Amino acid sequence: MGSLVKQRVLRTIILLVLGVYFILPLIAMAEFSTRGKNNTRSLESWTSIVDDEGLMEALVNSLLLSVTSAVLMLVLLVPTMAWIRLRLPQLQRLVEFLCLLPLAIPAIVLVVGMAPLYAWVNYFLGDSPLTLTFAYTILVLPFAYRAVDAGLSAIDLKTLSEAARSLGASWFTVLWKVVVPNIRVALIGASLLSVALVLGEFTIASLLNFDTLQVQVNLLGKRNAGVSIAVSLLCLLFAFVLLFALSYVGQRRRQTVVEE
Amino acid sequence: MTAVAPVATTPGGSTQKKGGAAGRPSVAAWLVAVPFLAFVGIFLVYPTVLVLFGAFQGSDGGFTLDNLSTLFTGVVFDAFVRSIELSALSAVIGAVFGALLTWAIAVGNPEGMLRRIVVAGSGVLAQFGGVPLAFAFLATIGFEGLVTKFLRDNVGIDLFAGSAWLFELPGLTLVYTFFQIPLMVIVFLPALDGLRPQWREANASLGGTSWTYWRHVGGPILTPPFLGALLLLFANAFSAYATAAAIVSQGSPIVPLQIRGFLTGEVVLGQENLGKALGLGMVIVVSIAMGVNVLLQKRVAKWVR
Repeated sequence: MGSLVKQRVLRTIILLVLGVYFILPLIAMAEFSTRGKNNTRSLESWTSIVDDEGLMEALVNSLLLSVTSAVLMLVLLVPTMAWIRLRLPQLQRLVEFLCLLPLAIPAIVLVVGMAPLYAWVNYFLGDSPLTLTFAYTILVLPFAYRAVDAGLSAIDLKTLSEAARSLGASWFTVLWKVVVPNIRVALIGASLLSVALVLGEFTIASLLNFDTLQVQVNLLGKRNAGVSIAVSLLCLLFAFVLLFALSYVGQRRRQTVVEE
Repeated sequence: MTAVAPVATTPGGSTQKKGGAAGRPSVAAWLVAVPFLAFVGIFLVYPTVLVLFGAFQGSDGGFTLDNLSTLFTGVVFDAFVRSIELSALSAVIGAVFGALLTWAIAVGNPEGMLRRIVVAGSGVLAQFGGVPLAFAFLATIGFEGLVTKFLRDNVGIDLFAGSAWLFELPGLTLVYTFFQIPLMVIVFLPALDGLRPQWREANASLGGTSWTYWRHVGGPILTPPFLGALLLLFANAFSAYATAAAIVSQGSPIVPLQIRGFLTGEVVLGQENLGKALGLGMVIVVSIAMGVNVLLQKRVAKWVR
């Protein structure tokens, strides 16, 4: 009994101390971003978020990028990984290695090698920020690979595809009507993760001189800290909502597996 | 494209041996993998190779070890030492406090709201913190931050009396704990969830105390995942760039910021590839940390069997 009480006390202390440690900066951000002149409160920083054209443009860039990167990731990864499980098991280890490689190469190092590459990309495709889609698809590979791999492992891919094939379905139909619907939860998870990752990315965008949300926030901080802090708080809260939703997506999958 | 070629031939050789169940894949079957391999070849393998080989190239394109030997001299070497100090210190702090926090939520309700919030919040700070985290800090303990002002106006303590420490190593260490502790929670939670309540009950029914449980059961089981997480945290802090870049706008105390200097600033003649050598140095440090982790986990897998 004594040890249970001790455990409860210790747990409360840890949660309180670390809770304050992590929540204090959030409160400070709210306080700082609502400072007016002469010790008054004002929402000026918050209202000027919408008025700042550069910031809005960068936000649109980042939102578009989060969609294009998630789509390119799904298009490249899902058919390849399904096909490898079905017909090319020899490639399994290589693809896994390639997908997890970005974990061993810091983004700041990758960007050193990407700088000359992007000189070519911009020469052929123009210098739209959307060309960052390629770099971002690489960045999300490790996370997306794990999610998709878990999804494919949870279904009997071989039997499902053989059944569909024996009924005359083409490979494309198998992929689109059998594989994708069966692993949709994993695909949603992979997409949400990559959206969050792209919206928060700074390293590559800033060093390749593209105008994305985080680059603008950083730039803005030099002349108007209040607005930058307000946007930062919004980013953190938005990412939190995304990941919080993700925790329910994962749970539903666990439940369906149990039911089966 | 050159990088893709060896990639495609290696597995081709192993088809002979395997064959078997799936039959020998036709040429058409291989074609399906081409878009993925081509993309990864161009945008991942090629830049990586460019950095790794560039590190050994002089400004005339010939082979040289000068870039690498520069890593062991002057400011560059100091930056590596500082980077390693920062990563090690923030990893230890992150691992210890992160483990405590993980324990605090692991003993609670697994479907509870508290756990959900902590896990989601940890995910945000660990993976997507970056620039917002830097501004969170400026708002809290920057020159005009909430805590700074409170201490100055009400307690009479000037946080920056000594120096602008927030923008130097101690400040970076403090900021880094804000993504290191959360990362520890994410990495370490599965290990703590793996502790079965029956072990605790067995310990109690044999007359053991809380101490004997952690000394003889929990501790030994959790030590390998704890060390593994520590190494991962080290690699994570060592690779981090965004937060430090947003806080430190002048000077380059750590390696990632030195690389920024090479990418954005004037390149000194004859040192065009020094940035790549720094990149190679970073990859080596990260690979060592991860390699040791892999060896550790393999050892453990043997013991468990």
